[in-house]
Amino acid sequence: MRTWIERQRYIVDFTLSSLARRKGKNVALLLVYALVIFALASVLFFTEALRREARAVLRDVPELLVQRTVAGRHDLLPESWIGSVAGIRGVASARGRLWGYSYDPLSRANYTVMVPERFWGAKGEVVLGPGVARARDVAPGDKLPLRAFDGTYLTLVVREVLPADAELVASDLLLVGEEDFRSLFGVAPGVFTDVAVVVRNAKEVQTVAGKVTRLLPGARPITRAEIARTYDSIFDWRSGLVVLVLTGALLAFAIVAWDKASGLSAEEKREIGILKAIGWETSDVLLMKLWEGAVISLAAFALGALLAYAHVFPGKLALFGPVLRGWSTLTPDFRLVPSLDPYQTATLFFLTVVPYAVATVVPSWRAATIDPDAVMRT
Amino acid sequence: MRSSTRFLLFLVGAGALLAAAGLHASAEQDRRAPEQEGRAALVRRLGLTDLCLFTEARYTRHLSQADRFSPFQEHPASLEHFPSGSIAGPPPRD
Repeated sequence: MRTWIERQRYIVDFTLSSLARRKGKNVALLLVYALVIFALASVLFFTEALRREARAVLRDVPELLVQRTVAGRHDLLPESWIGSVAGIRGVASARGRLWGYSYDPLSRANYTVMVPERFWGAKGEVVLGPGVARARDVAPGDKLPLRAFDGTYLTLVVREVLPADAELVASDLLLVGEEDFRSLFGVAPGVFTDVAVVVRNAKEVQTVAGKVTRLLPGARPITRAEIARTYDSIFDWRSGLVVLVLTGALLAFAIVAWDKASGLSAEEKREIGILKAIGWETSDVLLMKLWEGAVISLAAFALGALLAYAHVFPGKLALFGPVLRGWSTLTPDFRLVPSLDPYQTATLFFLTVVPYAVATVVPSWRAATIDPDAVMRT
Repeated sequence: MRSSTRFLLFLVGAGALLAAAGLHASAEQDRRAPEQEGRAALVRRLGLTDLCLFTEARYTRHLSQADRFSPFQEHPASLEHFPSGSIAGPPPRD
């Protein structure tokens, strides 16, 4: 065993000095390789943390929501719908919800205006999400004029700003009383945005959803399970962000692998020839090349993965921020709860380290099996 | 010091840092559990349905409530023009 370890160490010593002879090329390769892993790992860590957050935070969203669609668009529904849904066997309660969007020309941001089931403020008061308070630079006690549907201004008094910890779910929220909501948007009494349904037996949610569509053909039911699935799938490997980075990474790997597999440089071939001439076996040459691939890919993986962790969690995904912000001016300022899934890290390791190591060995095997004399003469 | 020893030390150091990142993640999950629980309680209390990730468009603000084709509804033959619409993939099929 000791002899085996010593042999490996001598080969690693030789490999490192061989890599050092082509320092510029190998350092550049290492940096580009680490950058590819960094981009891929950043996206994987970020999407996994988001999925975990969604699972933890959205576990108690309404069991069933019923929307009304008219000509393919979400529309307000009449109060009679609430009674119809509440009358379905298995439904414990049904409540009409009022919520909508309001574009604020001053901060050029979209707000979500909502009437909570039990609004704790008085008429004329508003509870703000931390992002809105930041965008409008207001604090409790300040006045907040909002442009109503008819062009007039409705001035509300800020009662409270939700805590900064709530940023990830409530950054853009404006919580108001029912009367203020209706006068802001001109929504007539007796109509609602959607219906939140509580079902007695959780196993019957799907059945109740089916009954809703039979009873109210224009209805679109959304179950809690569907909401959970949306967040599970929206950031999986098929999602836009991951596919974008994955495609870039795969193309980069394809270029490296093609470059490696298409043959070694004359200098590398000569080196193999000399090694064989002085007594190295083909297996020794392959071992050396395997170590060469391992040194580069392990170093790149370590650098890329560690930098990605620092970038996503303490660094709040600073480099990808503009991509996520898009055109929005109200950007939720949140810190994701870190997560490092061993399965995901292992997948990333095998997807990035193994292909490179293999791509290094294959052409070397071709060169190492040729007669040393012939190799040195080329 | 031999190059192989230096490389081994580098690998051990990097492995230790990765393990430290794992421990950091696990410790942070425990430390920030009450904060996460607070968010879950707010979701329960207000009846919220979505994470507030993208505020630029209606259909990306409430990803689970939007219609699948809303990006293309603004006018006939309209193409998706909000960056977040291309980042968040389509919701799952029923």
